Amino acid sequence: MGKHVLLVEDETNIIEAIQFLLSREGWQVDTHSDGATAVEKVRNMRPDLVVLDYMLPGKNGIDILTELRADPDFERLPVLMLTARGQSRDRDLAERAGVSRFMTKPFSNTEVVTAVRDLVQLAQ
Amino acid sequence: MERLKQSDLARQIGISASYLNLIEHNRRRIGGKLLLDIAAALGVEPTVLSEGAEAALIASLQEAAQRASMSETESGRAEEFAGRFPGWADALAAAHRKIADLERTVETLSDRLAHDPELAASVHEVLSTAASIRSTASILAEDKTITEEWRNRFHANIDADSRRLADSSKALVGFLDAETGEAAPSGSPQEEVAQFLAAHDYGFSSLEDGAEDVDRIVSNASELVSAQSRHLARTVLDRVVRDSAQVSMTDLKAALTEDGLDVIALSNRFGVSVPHMMRRLAAVPGLDAGLVVSDRAGSLLFRKDIEGFTIPRHGAACPLWPLFQVLAQPGQAIHARVQMPSRDGAVFDCYAAAQPVGPLIVNTPRLVEAAMLILPVPDGPEPNGLTIQEVGPACRICPRGRCAGRREPSILSDGFGGF
Repeated sequence: MGKHVLLVEDETNIIEAIQFLLSREGWQVDTHSDGATAVEKVRNMRPDLVVLDYMLPGKNGIDILTELRADPDFERLPVLMLTARGQSRDRDLAERAGVSRFMTKPFSNTEVVTAVRDLVQLAQ
Repeated sequence: MERLKQSDLARQIGISASYLNLIEHNRRRIGGKLLLDIAAALGVEPTVLSEGAEAALIASLQEAAQRASMSETESGRAEEFAGRFPGWADALAAAHRKIADLERTVETLSDRLAHDPELAASVHEVLSTAASIRSTASILAEDKTITEEWRNRFHANIDADSRRLADSSKALVGFLDAETGEAAPSGSPQEEVAQFLAAHDYGFSSLEDGAEDVDRIVSNASELVSAQSRHLARTVLDRVVRDSAQVSMTDLKAALTEDGLDVIALSNRFGVSVPHMMRRLAAVPGLDAGLVVSDRAGSLLFRKDIEGFTIPRHGAACPLWPLFQVLAQPGQAIHARVQMPSRDGAVFDCYAAAQPVGPLIVNTPRLVEAAMLILPVPDGPEPNGLTIQEVGPACRICPRGRCAGRREPSILSDGFGGF
């Protein structure tokens, strides 16, 4: 059975596209759209990797990531952050919060699949 | 020759004081009738002004050399360079000025992009939709084994996303058009009010003399698209009516001629609060005064720009402004001379004062509002005891590295400070 990915994203069509791509690669993909409950979702599901949008309703990706990194269980959890905000300040914030990889929208499918594959391999 | 105030000279030759300021700093070239008019008003030969322009060219070249970290020896040869290669010298000075203008544009846009939630949301919408279309289209183009059910679903997604992209792009363009002064149906209410006030040059003589009323002006304003902006504009105009009832523009102009621009003396003369007088002075045509009004939370409720003093359009302003010093002491007025970290080190005279606003309610703290009038520094000797205080626009676009008031890193300190 493939690795388990949690996709935290609120754009329905992006969710469908990424879910399709990763499932095709043999990943088990779960999705979640609410920023406020995303940390709780990660704690319950314990995925191998999280694909996390930057701007989410309820709580933004940086705050979610910061909260995850403060938990020893998720210190090393691979997190790929997707964002439409490509400013260096946002990248800097994400890196300080402990992001594993930062990717700006619009991204290519190959970029996403490759990043997910690389991050999980690195974590093993 | 009797020393002529910049504002008097500007009035005499029929241009604004801010434009004259640009000419004085060699940011606008003059010639022909305007050169002759200025020379006549100053009582000097036009060639004297031309020579002044030459000196300004040398100063501009030396400034460019300084920013390029050239040695003093090399920088000192600016005059020789201008003499030997006048065309190249003009081109270099013009490029230097252009860079300065572009830096200002970058500061403004960066400030806006970083702090304007409406713009950030609009850009996010466009890019997210583009990401969805790109991803979905790639799947359809590359995966020949996709089932019919998925194919149909993705086609429907692309159709929906492309419509959404068209709408969000239009909204974004409309928003950005606000910068060029065109109608901005998707701009924030504050932006709409700012456009409305700028379109009236911050003066409402027809309202003050009773020829028009607030409702009529608001309903005729094409800039005020949203209900929120119309509400905000009414609040501003209602205050103009109240303020002008006690300080008419005619009386204020007469008082200015008699007493000069002394904010405190003028307040006393009319028996109004200092912030009240500041609001009236900011509306005097040709005075070119800037004005900022803030509440106790530091939100800027009103802004009237003045050339060289950057007032952030979004996010918090520099905490070192005298505006914020007076918030804790309503009733006290501050007169400070401040310097912005601009290329020409622009210096301004600022008057700040705060006053309680709103109704008095037992056991409830009064709301306080502070105002700061920003004026070009007048010619003449420095007033006694007035030292220049270094301030900035907002942390993000302020290059002052070691500042006790810094809240966040600046994009200028690394990227542009050494330009």
